[in-house]
Amino acid sequence: MKKRLLIAGPVAALASLILPVAAFGAETPILDTPEASINAMWVIVAAVLVMFMQAGFLLLEVGFSRAKNVGAGVAKILVNFSIASLCYWAVGFALAFGGLGEIAGTNGFFLDVGSSIEEAGKSIPFVETYSISPAAFMFFQFVFCAVSLAIVWGATLERIKFGAYVIYAIIFSAVLYPILSHWIFGGGWLQVNVGMQDFAGSTVVHLIGATGAFAALLLLGPRIGKYTKDGKPRAIPGHSMPLVGLGVLILWLGWFGFNPGSTLGAMGGRFAEVVVVTNLAAAAGVIAAVSVMYMRTRTIDIGMAGNGAIAGLVAITAPSGYVEYWAAPIIGAIAGVIVVFGVLAIEKLIDDPVGALSAHGLAGIWGTLSCGIFTSPRLAEFNEVGDPGLWYSGSFSQLGAQALGVVVAFACVFVVSYVVFFLIKKTIGLRVTPEEEDAGLDISEHGMYGYPEQFIPQPEYSTGLLSGGTPPPAPAPAASPAVSQMSTTTES
Amino acid sequence: MKKIEAFIRHEAFEPIRAELLDKGFPSLSIIEAKGSGRQKGIVEQYRGSTLTVNVRPKVKLEIVVEDKDKSIVVETILKHARTGEVGDGKIFVLPVEEAIRIRTGEGGEPVLQLHEESEIPT
Repeated sequence: MKKRLLIAGPVAALASLILPVAAFGAETPILDTPEASINAMWVIVAAVLVMFMQAGFLLLEVGFSRAKNVGAGVAKILVNFSIASLCYWAVGFALAFGGLGEIAGTNGFFLDVGSSIEEAGKSIPFVETYSISPAAFMFFQFVFCAVSLAIVWGATLERIKFGAYVIYAIIFSAVLYPILSHWIFGGGWLQVNVGMQDFAGSTVVHLIGATGAFAALLLLGPRIGKYTKDGKPRAIPGHSMPLVGLGVLILWLGWFGFNPGSTLGAMGGRFAEVVVVTNLAAAAGVIAAVSVMYMRTRTIDIGMAGNGAIAGLVAITAPSGYVEYWAAPIIGAIAGVIVVFGVLAIEKLIDDPVGALSAHGLAGIWGTLSCGIFTSPRLAEFNEVGDPGLWYSGSFSQLGAQALGVVVAFACVFVVSYVVFFLIKKTIGLRVTPEEEDAGLDISEHGMYGYPEQFIPQPEYSTGLLSGGTPPPAPAPAASPAVSQMSTTTES
Repeated sequence: MKKIEAFIRHEAFEPIRAELLDKGFPSLSIIEAKGSGRQKGIVEQYRGSTLTVNVRPKVKLEIVVEDKDKSIVVETILKHARTGEVGDGKIFVLPVEEAIRIRTGEGGEPVLQLHEESEIPT
């Protein structure tokens, strides 16, 4: 099979240039070398793991919600992922990767680039650089966009209007995320001219998502009852810590696609090292967050253990391809400390039910900056982006490049997001009414309960069973056998 | 007829129910209740914020008996529900005007009696 591909590849690629129709023929090999096949296989596996992170976000957010808002999270994740699927394929991918312009790409709308690597490489240069199928590359980049979009919404739980999701999702996945990811991932000015290092997206995916969330929260305001009259934050406990835990573990699993998949290939086995680096940082994040929280409150905070894991993972996302094993636990542990103090400080001013601003925003900033400290010479050279970090070089130049990238990404995304959310607020409205919020989004926005049996008394389901048969007899000493039999059936 | 309403700890219910059944009082109801009293609430720690839950879960036991049986039931409850700590609960005794068995429509004190085995429909 491989041999056949090897020989047939170039011939078919040539044929497909002359006869574009042939590109859709069953016998035309899309991947013309074993290397391209192996890379496509790994990147699709990684992309599917990243896609599964949607389930992680869903469970995390549902667990942190009260029982009256659990169904809203399900509809939100499904609709957002679907909007992003279409928008990124139609427009977003072309802006992000369709050429090496400083600001945005221009080729490959609707992934109309042909199927073979040679042909697609003319529109999407990275396809040729990494020797990877354009479909695999596009799908991998798309699931990143979907993760970034999912991060925006966790902070807005329990009070935002569904319509806001739809409008922002279109702008975010078609334009905003693609352009920023072009600057940092796709050969744009921050990557090429500034030399900013962001291996898998501490800034591109996580900081951008959290910045969108920050803009939304400023306009959205806290949930009713979050603050006392004198402004002290009150706990609004989520309804299920087991769901939160499952969500965190699914995200952790998904990250083994997220970071190691960003090698965009399996050749040489670099991705396995990235797996280890990623896991070390997550573990250190949990231990640091739990320890710091215990020192503060003398409790082992369940939610904060989860936030620690996410913070460690977010922080290691940018440096995962640039640092050696020893640096990973340091980066993760510092992220775990940052997330605790971040949640405690932000909680006083802004109502962020899942801690996304800290776990994705602050930890994302730290992760991006940590490249400027810990990037090793061999890996800076291997990735051909930027210079070694402060620890090795004694120079602040890479740290400066990282800081510039953070400031630019934050400022651009914040301004655009704030304007979009402001317009949404002035037109269709950003927030449900207080009555709807009190009743819960499940019944007020979706017309049904996520957990109906908690809200609809059991007797309401069985009305009519007794009255549907024989009418009840007039009060008499003797029982009607029909009715008594029926009542026993109902009880059983 | 008297209705006895007792707010008790969850763990006190099962021994009370068993002993009342032994003594011939099978008919009773319980309701999961939440209430406050001299026992303080529970403070929940959640992501650095606290939430004081001022009401605690209790079981509300309801049982209607003939006047002469009132003290048997009250003593049974006191025997099992008392730990001596704050939070043991309270018993209220209320007068009841009427009792009607829905299945037969019969009324009065016989409704409260324990059935003979032969009367109980299978």
